[in-house]
Amino acid sequence: MKTFKVLGGGCRNCEVTAEAIAHAAAEAGVEIALEKVTDMAEILGYGVMSTPAVVLDGTVVHAGGVPASEQIRDWVSG
Amino acid sequence: MFEQLGDLIAFGLLGLEPASRSGAAVQFFVMDVAKIFVLLVLVIYVMGLLRAMLSPERVRAFVRGRPDWQARGMAVTLGAVTPFCSCSSVPLFIGFVEAGIPLGVTFSFLIASPMINEVAAVILVGVLGWKLAALYVLAGLLVAWFGGLAMQAFRPERWVEDYVWKIRMGETAMAEPDTSLRGRHRYALGEVREIVGRIWRWVLLGIGVGALFHGFVPAGWVTEHLGGDDWFSVPAAVLLGIPLYANATGVIPVAEAMLTKGVAIGTTLALMMSVAALSLPELLILRKVIRWPALALFAAVLAVAFTLVGWGFNLIA
Repeated sequence: MKTFKVLGGGCRNCEVTAEAIAHAAAEAGVEIALEKVTDMAEILGYGVMSTPAVVLDGTVVHAGGVPASEQIRDWVSG
Repeated sequence: MFEQLGDLIAFGLLGLEPASRSGAAVQFFVMDVAKIFVLLVLVIYVMGLLRAMLSPERVRAFVRGRPDWQARGMAVTLGAVTPFCSCSSVPLFIGFVEAGIPLGVTFSFLIASPMINEVAAVILVGVLGWKLAALYVLAGLLVAWFGGLAMQAFRPERWVEDYVWKIRMGETAMAEPDTSLRGRHRYALGEVREIVGRIWRWVLLGIGVGALFHGFVPAGWVTEHLGGDDWFSVPAAVLLGIPLYANATGVIPVAEAMLTKGVAIGTTLALMMSVAALSLPELLILRKVIRWPALALFAAVLAVAFTLVGWGFNLIA
């Protein structure tokens, strides 16, 4: 099972990102684990300064904005 | 082209009188909605194609350990050319502190970021002409540079929350961006959707306010009541801008309407900067990393800087 983490201080764009990932997974029928990380120490621990950012199975795959929906589909089913 | 469209809809389609208040307001609204949104989509798309190669993580690595003026130059440039979600200001702040970048440089970045961006700059050129656009960008760079220096003089380190110093930043390899033409196109479209989706309300609101001002405020009223170029009109404009908040792009139509009614240029610039860069919600986000005295000082430094810039431009004009 893939593990997603959405990094961000709880702003609107971070919510949108998390929802988009959950939605894409449900649509593809893929089961994922999704966690929202708001702790700054952990966010910076990933080497990320611009949020929202997405971590897939421990690797930062995106930072600095809401990712494109094609991109999210690739992560979920790729 | 946009003016004709405004004429066509306001006077042709709706049958309003060009000399009437509502006619002038509707014509202004239609014209500016068309002009600003066309420009907005074009600029964001082209910028997305070129794609900002300047990620904050890269700048942080580059700025680290440089002499102060180089670090400040990079920080101001980064703030000006890359748009950030305001929620990024906290991790950016911590990341800069952790790299040992002086706080004054970080403040320069925090000032430049909301005030100047390439989207607002291009739309300024389209709406108010390149001279005003250049003045605004120049004023923003000056305020960011010297505002950060002024903050530094107060030794703001003592007001940084303790936990900030303890955070250690990890080194993670970022996924390489897709730089093929198709990848760039997809990214650019995504940027258009994301940025327009985020700011369109502010822009519409700004155009609405500008249109009302343009149509319903008589020309003589401004010079009489807002005191054309009296010294106090500039600090008054700055104070007025603090509770008002809009995205830098949304203020442009308001500024346009003000200028056509004879508000002095420095006063208009001061209001624009204050509305775009001095906003209570954005300041309060920073409370997570710095304590109240630093926040108050930050707001005061900005207010003084905007006032000085406004006076300066009124003197030159």
